[in-house]
Amino acid sequence: MSSDRIRRFFVLFFVLGFFLYLFGPLLIMGLTAFNSSAFPRVSPWECFTVEWFDVLANDGRLLEGLKNSFLIGFGVVLFAVPLGLAGALMLTQVQERVRPWYYTIVISPILVPGVVLGISTLLFWDRIGVMFGASRDSIFYDGFFLTIIGQSTFIAAYTMLVFISRLQRFDPAQEEAALDLGATHVQAFRKILLPFLKPAIASAAVLAFLASFENYNTTVFTSISTSTLTTVLASKVRYGIDPSISALAVAIVVLTVFGAAIHEVVKRREEAAAKQAGMVAAGLIKEKKAQKQWFLEPAIIGILLVFIAGLGTAFFAGTIGVEECKVAVKEQKQIETAKRIEALKQKTQARKEAEAAKVELQKTERANRTGTENFNSIFSGGNLAPKSDTNETEGNDSPRTGTENFNSIFDSTNLQPEESVKPDDEAEPEARTGTENFNGIFSSGNLAPATTE
Amino acid sequence: MSADVQLEDVWIRFGDFVAAKDVNIHIQDGEFFSFLGPSGCGKTTLLRAVSGFLAPSQGKVLIGGKDMAGIGPNKRPTALIFQNLALFPLMTVWENIAFSLEVKGMGKADRRKRADELLDLIALPNQGDKMVNELSGGQKQRVAIARALAAEPDVLLLDEPLSALDLKLRQHMRTELRAIQERVGITFIYITHDQGEALTMSDNVAVMSQGIIEQVAGGNQIYDSPETAFVASFVGENNHFIGKVSECDGETVSVETPSGVLRARSVDRNGQKQLQRGDDALVFIRPESLGFSDQRPFDNVLQGIVERQEFEGNFWQVFLKVDGSDRVVTLSMVNDGRSVGHDVGSRVKVGCNADLAVALPLGPMAAE
Amino acid sequence: MTNYWKDFFRKNGTALGLFLLLSVAVWMLVMIILPQLYMLDFSFRANVPPPQWGTESHVYTLEHYKYLIYGNVNSTDAFNYIDLGVFGRTILASIFVTLIDVCLCYPVAYYLAHVARGGWGRLMVMSLIVPFWVNELLRAFSFKVMFGASGVINNALISLGILDQPYDFIRENVALYSGLSYAYILLMIFPIYNAIESLDKNQIEAARDLGSPWWRIHWRVVIPHAKPGITSGCTMVFMLTAGALAAPQILGGPSSLWFTQLVYKWFNNSANWARGSAYALVLLIACIIFVLLMMRFFKVRLGEIAR
Repeated sequence: MSSDRIRRFFVLFFVLGFFLYLFGPLLIMGLTAFNSSAFPRVSPWECFTVEWFDVLANDGRLLEGLKNSFLIGFGVVLFAVPLGLAGALMLTQVQERVRPWYYTIVISPILVPGVVLGISTLLFWDRIGVMFGASRDSIFYDGFFLTIIGQSTFIAAYTMLVFISRLQRFDPAQEEAALDLGATHVQAFRKILLPFLKPAIASAAVLAFLASFENYNTTVFTSISTSTLTTVLASKVRYGIDPSISALAVAIVVLTVFGAAIHEVVKRREEAAAKQAGMVAAGLIKEKKAQKQWFLEPAIIGILLVFIAGLGTAFFAGTIGVEECKVAVKEQKQIETAKRIEALKQKTQARKEAEAAKVELQKTERANRTGTENFNSIFSGGNLAPKSDTNETEGNDSPRTGTENFNSIFDSTNLQPEESVKPDDEAEPEARTGTENFNGIFSSGNLAPATTE
Repeated sequence: MSADVQLEDVWIRFGDFVAAKDVNIHIQDGEFFSFLGPSGCGKTTLLRAVSGFLAPSQGKVLIGGKDMAGIGPNKRPTALIFQNLALFPLMTVWENIAFSLEVKGMGKADRRKRADELLDLIALPNQGDKMVNELSGGQKQRVAIARALAAEPDVLLLDEPLSALDLKLRQHMRTELRAIQERVGITFIYITHDQGEALTMSDNVAVMSQGIIEQVAGGNQIYDSPETAFVASFVGENNHFIGKVSECDGETVSVETPSGVLRARSVDRNGQKQLQRGDDALVFIRPESLGFSDQRPFDNVLQGIVERQEFEGNFWQVFLKVDGSDRVVTLSMVNDGRSVGHDVGSRVKVGCNADLAVALPLGPMAAE
Repeated sequence: MTNYWKDFFRKNGTALGLFLLLSVAVWMLVMIILPQLYMLDFSFRANVPPPQWGTESHVYTLEHYKYLIYGNVNSTDAFNYIDLGVFGRTILASIFVTLIDVCLCYPVAYYLAHVARGGWGRLMVMSLIVPFWVNELLRAFSFKVMFGASGVINNALISLGILDQPYDFIRENVALYSGLSYAYILLMIFPIYNAIESLDKNQIEAARDLGSPWWRIHWRVVIPHAKPGITSGCTMVFMLTAGALAAPQILGGPSSLWFTQLVYKWFNNSANWARGSAYALVLLIACIIFVLLMMRFFKVRLGEIAR
C-alpha cells in the first residue's frame, strides 16, 4: 500500500512538473513585461511598469503587421471556411471507392510542412502570373493574396475536420423532410443544414482566424513584402529583444483566458437550457425559466470586473512612482557601470592578446551567418571575457544581465568607455523602437573587436 | 384534394441487390393503405420511391394519374412522416408546422394562424412557442403529423412513425391516426413491421417479403386466407404441416402429412388455382382453430401429447407434441370458465374442420 | 459515371452542387495538387533568373539534388557533409523531441483522463489550451528569456551555487530542444487524452481486480487502447518539429542549423529558389515516408492520424 502511495505522490509530482513546464516560461515572460529593465528578465527586478505596453502600442511596424494579420485572417476565414464546408459536404457524397483518395488529398495539407506549402504557393502563382502576363504589382505577386491562398490550403483542412465532426451528428432525414415539405435544395440548405452547422461555422471561423494569425512557416514565404504580425515578431525576436514582446504575449494570454471563460459560461448555459427542456418534456416542470442575456450572467460580470480591476491596478501601479524608481535604479547602475568599466579597463588590456586569436577564429566562422547567430554569439562568445571580469571584481551578487552585457560590449569595444555610460540613458528607448538600431549596434559591436586589435 | 397512387412494374436495384421486384399496386384515392413486412423487405425503399427520394430503376410511379418520373420530392403532392420524425430541433413547434408554408413564401401572420389551427387539430393548443425538444414522444408524433398536413398533401406517407413510442401510447396513436385520416380524407400510405398496426388501421394491406409483394388484401382476408406460405406464417400465429396433395375436390384438398391426412381449403392467387394433385404443400392451422376432439367431431384429427400449458387469462395456450411431427403445435382455447387444463404428458386428440385449415404451395416462410 | 453526376445534382440541386464541385476543385487542384507538382518540376530546373523561367534556358537538371548530396562541385569532400548533417540532425532531433513528448504526455494524459476528477480536471484540461493560443514565436521567445545568459535558469543556478558562471543553454541546443518539445506538446497530449478518456474505467478496474500490477495494466490495457491517439500525436509532433522554422531561428545555437533554415536560406539569402524547392521537397518526402512508416508500423489509417 505504501508503494502505491509513493507512486501516487510521484505521479502528482510529475503532473505538477508538467504544468510548471507548460506555464512557467509564459509566466516568466509575462512578468518581464512589467519590469522596467530594457532586457526581458525578472531578476533583478527593477521597477514595476506598464511602459512596455505603451511601447507596444506605439510600435508602428508591429501595428502595421497586426493590421495586415487581421486583414489576412479575415480573408482566410472568408475563404477557408466555405472551402472546408464544401470539402466536408463532398466527403459524404463521393463514391465509396474514391473516398479514401479524396480524403487523403484534402487532409494532406495538414501533414505537409508549412514551408513547403508556402514555397509551392509562391512558385505556382508566380507561374500563373507569368502565364497571364501579369505585372509585378498584380494580384499574383501580392503578399495578401498569396498568404490568404497559402494559409487557406491547410486551414481549410482544419475547418473541414470541424465540419465533419459536426456533420456526423446531422440527421440526413432533416434535409429530406425539408425537401419533402416543398423546400428547394437551396432553401433546405439555408434553413436546415446551415442553422445546424452554425456553431461549427463559428468555431471553424475562430479556428481559421487564429490559425492564420499564428502562422509563420507558410506566411514567411508568401507574404513577400507585406509584413504580418508573425513576420514582424520574428524579426524582432531574432534581431533584438525587448519586453514589449512580452507585453504582447501578456495581452494575448489575457484575451485568451477571457475568451475561454466566456466560452465556458456560454457552454454551461446551453447545457442548462437543454436540461431544462428535457425536464419540461418529461413533465417535471411546467415552463422553462427565461435565461438572462449572456452578458448579464454573473460569472461573466465577475470576470469582466476582475479584468478591469486588474487593468486599473496594473496601470496605476505601473505608472505611479515608476519614474522615481527608475532614476534610483539608474543611479545604482551608473555606479556599478563605472566600477565595472574601471575593472574592465585593467583586465581587457591584459586579456587582449590572449583573446585576439580566438576572436579572429570565431569571426571567420561567423562571417556568412545571419543576425540571430551573431546576436547569440555576442551574448556568449565575445562577452565571456568582460563577464568574468565583472565577476571577479564585484562578486556573485552583482547583477549580470543582457543589457549590461550590451553595455559592456559597447564599453569594451568602443574606445571611449566614459561616453558609453551616457548612451545607456538614451540607447534604451532608441534600441526599443527599431530592430534596425539594434542590428547596427550589434554589427558595429561585432566588428569592433577585430578593429581594436 | 386527394389522389390515388399507382406503382406499375416497379423495380428498384442497388447494384446487385434487388430491393423491389416487379411491384404492381393500385392504392385507391382516400384509402388507408399499409405495407407490412419484416425489416429489410423493401417497404421503406418503395415509400422513398413514392416520395421521390429515389427513382425506380424500372417502371412507373403515378400519383393522381400523373407520372412522377423526374419530379423531385419537393414537387410531389406527397408528405412523408419519417421514422425518427425528423422534426427540426432548432425551430419552435409552430415554425416546424409552418415550414412548408414558409418555403412557399407565405407571410408570417398567416403562417402562424394556420399553425395554430393545426395545433388545435392535433389537440396541442397553445404549445406553438415551445421548442421541439420540450415535447414528449407522443406530442412530437402529433407535431410531425401536423407539419406534414400543413403542406396539404394529396398523399400522406408514414414510415413506421409509431415505432419509437411505448406500447400504450402506440395503441392510442393508432386510433388517433385513423381518426385524423378520416377527418382529412386523404390517402395514407403506412409502412410497418407491426401486424397489429397494419390490421387495425388499414383498409388494405400489402404484405412484402424480399422485395416481392406477397399479397394485397383487406386485413381479415390476409389473416383468414393467406395466399402464400410467407403471409400465412408472417401474419399471426400459425401451425404448419408439410405434405403432398393426394386429392383435389373443388375448393378443398387433401394433403398427406406424416401426422395423417389433412383436409384444407386451397386459396387461389390472382384467380389461379395454386395446388394440383401430387404437389408439395403446406397446411396451416391457426391455434384458435384447433379444438379438443373429445368435445366434437372434426374433419382433421391430430394425436399428440400435452407438453406444457400456459394460462393467459382470457385463454389457455396448450403446447402439443403431435405424432409424426417434431414441431410443437399450439392450441389456444378460450377460457369459458368451465374448461379445465389437461395434465402434462397426457395423450389427447385435437382437430379442426377443413374450412379453417389452409393449404398452400410449399414456399419460403417468415423466420420465427 | 454520368448516373453519379445526375444523382449528385439531383441530391444537391444545381446551385449547391456547383458550389461544392467548384470549391472542391479549386481547393484540390489549384491549391494542393498543382502547386506541389509545379514545385516538383521546378526543383529539377536550372537556377536561372525569373524572367527566363519557362524559356529554353530553364533546362531540367539534377544539380540541386546533387548539391545536397555531393556539395559544391569545387568542394573536395566526397559528400555535402554540412547539409546532409543538418538534414540528419533535423530528423534525429525531431524523433528525439517526439519521444520526449510521448514520455511527458502519456502520464499526464492518463492522470487527467482517469485520476483528476470534476472541476479540477476540467479546469486543467481547459488550461492546457492557453499556451496553445500564444503565438509559436512568442513561445520560443519565452524560452529565450528563460534560457538566456541572464535568464531565470542561469540566475537561479548561480544563486544556488550550482554554477559559477552562466551556462550557454542556447549554444548547447538545450534551449532549442526544450523549446521544440514545448512548441507542439499540445498536439501530443490532446490526442492521447482523448483516446484514454474513451477507455472504459471498468476495464482498468477489472484488470486491477484480476491482480495486474499497475505497469501491466498500462502495457496491456491502456496503451493498446490509446494507440491511435499516441500515433496521431507522434506523427503530428514529428511533422511539425521537422518542419519548424520559428523555434530554430530564435532558439538555435550559432553552430546548429535546422533543415528548414537551409530552405529559407536558399530562398531569401541566396535567391536560389530552385534549390530551395529541391530541399523543401526532400523534407516533404522525408515527412511522407515517416507518415507511411507510422501507418504501417502502428496499423492505423490516415483518418485516425489527422483528427
